[in-house]
Amino acid sequence: MQEAMIKRAKELLADGTVDRVMGWKKGEFFYDHTPAVFTTAQELDDSFVCDDFTSANLSKYLIKETIKDGKILAFLKPCDTYSFNQLVKEYRIDREKVYVIGIPGGPKLDVEKIKSKGITGILNVRNENYTLKIETLYGISEMPFYEAISVKCESCKSKKHVVYDELIGEDGEVLDSNRFDMVEKLENMTSQERYDFWRSELSKCIRCNACRTVCPACTCEKCVFENPDSGIENKAAADSFEENMFHIIRAFHVAGRCTDCGECSRVCPENIPLHLLNRKFIKDINDLYGTYQAGENTTDKAPLNDYKMDDCEASIVHERGAE
Amino acid sequence: MQRIGVFVCHCGTNIAATVDVKAVAEALRHEPGVVISQDYQYMCSESGQNLIKEAVKEHSLTGIVVCSCSPRMHENTFRKAAAAAGLNPYLVEIANIREQCSWIHKEIATATEKAIILGRAAVAKVHLNAPLTAGESPVVKRALVIGGGIAGIQTALDIAEAGFEVDIVEKEPTIGGKMAQIDKTFPTLDCAACILTPKMVECAQNDKITIHSFSEIADVKGFVGNFTVTIKKKARFVDETKCTGCGLCTEKCPMKKVPNEFNMGLDNRTAVYIPFAQAVPKVAAIDPNYCLMLKNGKCGVCSKVCSVGAIDYKQTDKFVEEKYGAIVVATGFNPIKIDKYEEFAYNQSPDVVTSLELERLMNAAGPNGGTLLRPSDKTHPHTIVFVQCVGSRCDDEKGKPYCSKICCMYTAKHAMLIREKYPDTEVYVFYIDVRTPGKNFDEFYRRAVEQYGVHYIKGMVGKVTPKSDGKLDVQASDLLANEQLHINADMVVLAAAIEPDKSARPLATMLTTQMDTNDFFTEAHPKLRPVESATAGIFLSGACQGPKDIPETVAQASAAAAKAIGLLCKNSITCNPCVASSDELMCNGCSSCEKVCPYGAITYIDKEFRMPDKTTRIRRVASVNPAVCQGCGACTVACPSGAMDLSGFSNSQIMAEVDAICK
Repeated sequence: MQEAMIKRAKELLADGTVDRVMGWKKGEFFYDHTPAVFTTAQELDDSFVCDDFTSANLSKYLIKETIKDGKILAFLKPCDTYSFNQLVKEYRIDREKVYVIGIPGGPKLDVEKIKSKGITGILNVRNENYTLKIETLYGISEMPFYEAISVKCESCKSKKHVVYDELIGEDGEVLDSNRFDMVEKLENMTSQERYDFWRSELSKCIRCNACRTVCPACTCEKCVFENPDSGIENKAAADSFEENMFHIIRAFHVAGRCTDCGECSRVCPENIPLHLLNRKFIKDINDLYGTYQAGENTTDKAPLNDYKMDDCEASIVHERGAE
Repeated sequence: MQRIGVFVCHCGTNIAATVDVKAVAEALRHEPGVVISQDYQYMCSESGQNLIKEAVKEHSLTGIVVCSCSPRMHENTFRKAAAAAGLNPYLVEIANIREQCSWIHKEIATATEKAIILGRAAVAKVHLNAPLTAGESPVVKRALVIGGGIAGIQTALDIAEAGFEVDIVEKEPTIGGKMAQIDKTFPTLDCAACILTPKMVECAQNDKITIHSFSEIADVKGFVGNFTVTIKKKARFVDETKCTGCGLCTEKCPMKKVPNEFNMGLDNRTAVYIPFAQAVPKVAAIDPNYCLMLKNGKCGVCSKVCSVGAIDYKQTDKFVEEKYGAIVVATGFNPIKIDKYEEFAYNQSPDVVTSLELERLMNAAGPNGGTLLRPSDKTHPHTIVFVQCVGSRCDDEKGKPYCSKICCMYTAKHAMLIREKYPDTEVYVFYIDVRTPGKNFDEFYRRAVEQYGVHYIKGMVGKVTPKSDGKLDVQASDLLANEQLHINADMVVLAAAIEPDKSARPLATMLTTQMDTNDFFTEAHPKLRPVESATAGIFLSGACQGPKDIPETVAQASAAAAKAIGLLCKNSITCNPCVASSDELMCNGCSSCEKVCPYGAITYIDKEFRMPDKTTRIRRVASVNPAVCQGCGACTVACPSGAMDLSGFSNSQIMAEVDAICK
């Protein structure tokens, strides 16, 4: 796969279709690949990578890239194409300036999950028939592949590319995922249990802002948390309550626009399941206004930005919230 | 430094009885920026206003908070008082301590505490108020009347009489509405058609009136004085400009088995039809559900016989866009469907009819040419039982909680007419109460009882059972005699409750106007503004606002016309300066605001920005047209980045209020 991608990228650079390539480059360790822009064949050969650890969603990076002149090639996994479409819909990405190659998606791996098994000194990881052979300083360890997959891949919503100019590999289907199971579980808790759950999760937040930085729906010119006029600007947390509010306000801000790409939970250094907040909104929107998938296309009106005759009345929404 | 004056109104005992107004004034005196805080009996009175004016001058006030009734009552009064004293009127804030406080609380302690909090919120807000200047916008001197029943007709005639152009949009092929179906009118018993059709003809002849029959409202944009309405002219497959209404096509049409809606389905019409003889416009329409040509492509008889070539099978729905300054809603009512009332055997026997069906059965243009015959066997009925309140004043979900108002009177009318024409027929009326307020109404009802010998029985009918001999066994209770009755009836007439027309709810959404839980349009004030909706420029006429008889409908129709004329007379109206604007530096250009704006006030422009690194960048940003913006605030909540803000209700002002309340 990686070779095919590099080959095609080189061709497109060579024939002038694109000026730059958006992909992932090798990091210090074999598992910490980061999004990067490549401009020459040499750079591609040296450091372009695509493997079980290239889970980062590249769509958001294209906002800055499409402000620049010229056209850029972007390799997008199925889940990334939803974010891409949503950003095109919000006029954040200039579609004309991107050449999209759809590549197969995950499941991608999360090295933290391997480490949590007590495996240290990891040098390399190989997937052999869904068993991970983990080469470490101390020998070879093994663990089942599915126990090491990234949180965002645990309940994959779609293997289908909703936008692309060409594909490498096969296109898949929208999946019948179990992504709302945990949300349902939370809904069935008593309000005290739910409060306790979120307090214990959100109190871990160190307010590093990684979730906001990575989120493809968080693309404001000026974030409300940095706007002194908003009254909620970034300030030292006066009490733990502030930290809770940060994530809840953020979930509200991306409601109806979040494609459920799961990047927020992937990057959280404290492993807070932030995606559950967004999924609760998605589930509620589906229940109240009919099934809607943000980023599925660039034309549908989002339920929260649209009024229909048969929209549920506010009173019904209110009643649902009551215990 | 702000210098804020607080004025707490007693409103007689309206506020003072449940709110300790002195304590409120005292508490608010200590709020930041407050330099004077006082209470007064009636702030809205001349002397109350003078209090404000003097305080503005004496204390050089920069902001005013009046703790009083809803801003919908007296905000303007106090704004004008402030302006008279030289203060920008938009530096006045109202804390509603009457409707939202004193009227809903019983305990003085709670009410006072809440009044203080509301006052504190208003003080917090007024700190951030900015002086605003209102602009003006022109008024389109043309009115739209939605619905062509007697309400719409009367409103249109009155508006046209005043010299303004007016369009009627009617969803049926003819205007006339329910009144056209009615046989006689109470309490004078004159023929409905005889008094309605002259008005219909007047509409057709008046060159100020345009009738869009067989049309519906597809979209409404804009605001008071400047509505843009898209009218859907449904395909009638007949060219209106060519059809002479000769009716030859309706005679020759081979498809003769279409239920005739004008006669409540009691007889049949043809697929190409003119609803009734006096229809306006007298133009045929083809029913595509039954027309053989439109369904199977085989027939074309009407087209062959039409001497003017008016038949056009290829006609499609057309959309016309028109501009109006005022809109009058006159969408009227319908009897409810009574299928759910199985006890009355409506679905089992054709001799159980609704009152509107009886109107057609008795009408000269009805299925029996005006002779009252049982629908089942076309024989003369000797015993007729009327059941009142079928679905009216009903607690369960089948019916309506309200009184339909017209049933007592029309039932008395029916009973009287039957006894007059067929003295050998016994008439029973089962009622809960007989309600006949209105000029000459009770006299009318008493005539039915005393002069015509109609048997009025207080009690409800429990069950109607069709018998094998074709008669109906009516089982009922007589509450006054405390006995069970069995009446061997030939016919049963059900006074079905009335409900607003189904088209009203989607229309209310398009007009952004309000409805009550029964889908009747809500008036701006139930007593003082009964014909205006809460949305400026939208007026209410007839039964769309609540059950009404004809005299009341006509009176209200003329009142709505007067209000519309009052608006159309003006060359321009003062705009609301509380409009939205976007902070271009924060705007992402995502179009969320544009999508939610109900007035089409937001457009996007590509604008060049100087970036911090001294480069220039072209960015897509929102731009609000202040002349079109109505200040609804939908964009400010839709904006993900908080770039949209609303003058007079800015995000920071609202946050300040919330903070003050939660303090």
